[in-house]
Amino acid sequence: MTEESTAQEQGAEERRIRVLIAKPGLDGHDRGAKVVARALRDAGMEVIYTGIRQTPQMIAEAALQEDVDVIGLSILSGAHLELFPRVIEALRERDIGPDEVLLFCGGIIPHEDGEAVRELGFRGVFGPGTDTRDIAAFIREQLPTLPARAG
Amino acid sequence: MARLAATPSAEELAAGIGRGDRRALARAITHVERDDALGRALLAALYPRTGHAHTIGVTGSGGVGKSTLVGRLAAEQRRRGRSVGIVAVDPSSPFSHGALLGDRIRMQDLTADPGVFLRSMASRGHLGGLAESASGVVDVLDAAGYDVVIVETVGAGQDEVEVASATQSTVLVTNPSAGDEIQSMKAGLMEVAQLLVVNKADLAGADSAVQQLLSLLVLAGSRAWEPPVLKVVARSGEGVAELVDRIDEHQRHVRDSEHAGAERRALVRAQLLSLATAALSRRALAEARRSSALDALVEEVAARRRDPRAAADALLAGLAPAAGG
Repeated sequence: MTEESTAQEQGAEERRIRVLIAKPGLDGHDRGAKVVARALRDAGMEVIYTGIRQTPQMIAEAALQEDVDVIGLSILSGAHLELFPRVIEALRERDIGPDEVLLFCGGIIPHEDGEAVRELGFRGVFGPGTDTRDIAAFIREQLPTLPARAG
Repeated sequence: MARLAATPSAEELAAGIGRGDRRALARAITHVERDDALGRALLAALYPRTGHAHTIGVTGSGGVGKSTLVGRLAAEQRRRGRSVGIVAVDPSSPFSHGALLGDRIRMQDLTADPGVFLRSMASRGHLGGLAESASGVVDVLDAAGYDVVIVETVGAGQDEVEVASATQSTVLVTNPSAGDEIQSMKAGLMEVAQLLVVNKADLAGADSAVQQLLSLLVLAGSRAWEPPVLKVVARSGEGVAELVDRIDEHQRHVRDSEHAGAERRALVRAQLLSLATAALSRRALAEARRSSALDALVEEVAARRRDPRAAADALLAGLAPAAGG
């Protein structure tokens, strides 16, 4: 009881991590995206979920307006190597670089594409069967190491 | 657009906002929401530039269609050539203090429009209280030059209702199926709303919901502004143009009324007292938690040797000088 109320008092003063969860492209299944969104909320983060069928421009603009710390993209259609670079480009147009916003992705991303996706700036690639606690831990661990945030 | 410094100063952010830099605006909102030192310096710098925007609050229970309606309201305002800032407040989890903010889902069309700036906000974890944080965010959007600033909150608790009622024109949204709920509104929400909307008016029971609202308004007595009751179908957009007409009418009433100055002062007075109350209680709570008297008083009350009110008085009596300084 005491422990809980102390946690709440501290929670009120702690900086909340803001995460954008977005689904680029045309696939209409967002169960995975929603599971991740809820899990990150339960891990104490503020999660902005945009819904399905987002263009790269919409995702970048939402990230800008919401001033998020983290962007997670979920994709099942197989168009990740086509769409992810366009999201990165749309973010760059807004002066948002991978050095200040933590990027991760999930969904169906074949193992052999992992390297290409990482090279784009995605530090985390989470496939089906990922324990959602691992994603929360990844964010807490990686966020402070971004170059624009270090120190 | 210049790249944002890792730790921009209040002056840089305020200047960026003046240039229409949306990145600076977004970052400024983050600091104001956190109520940190930079946020406070920003509000001090930006406040003289506020007062241009027409502020609109939209509140109502969960599921009545507020997000969809706000999306339509914003689109109609855009058709009238006005830029729109939106603050969408969603509840935080009382357990994790995290939040799932989903208002963008129902406002997707607005994301591509450079004349709209939408910011999602979680309801908890605000040191100075939700109403204070939200009104600070509204001030920033106002200072950034948005013609209309809409605040959307779930009308579930006192705090959320206060957020919406701190705007110039508050719209209360309800549903045809909300008969019992309308009855229970007698004491509260009705008094803070200047416009009443029955959304989903294509469903059965819309007319009777309108009648119920009208009869409650009669009970509330006559006022300088009689809140209109409007039927809207947010999903199709039906009735939205008329709603904006009536909101505009209320805006003219607020601006031109002979009581406009007095109303503005009443609003400011309430805001100052609420900010001072929040600051005092924060300070007193922090002191009380550090106080060595607290544990002893807890023991006394737990053993029923002293009643809780007397114990609270005793606790505060010990803190009085600190609370003043």
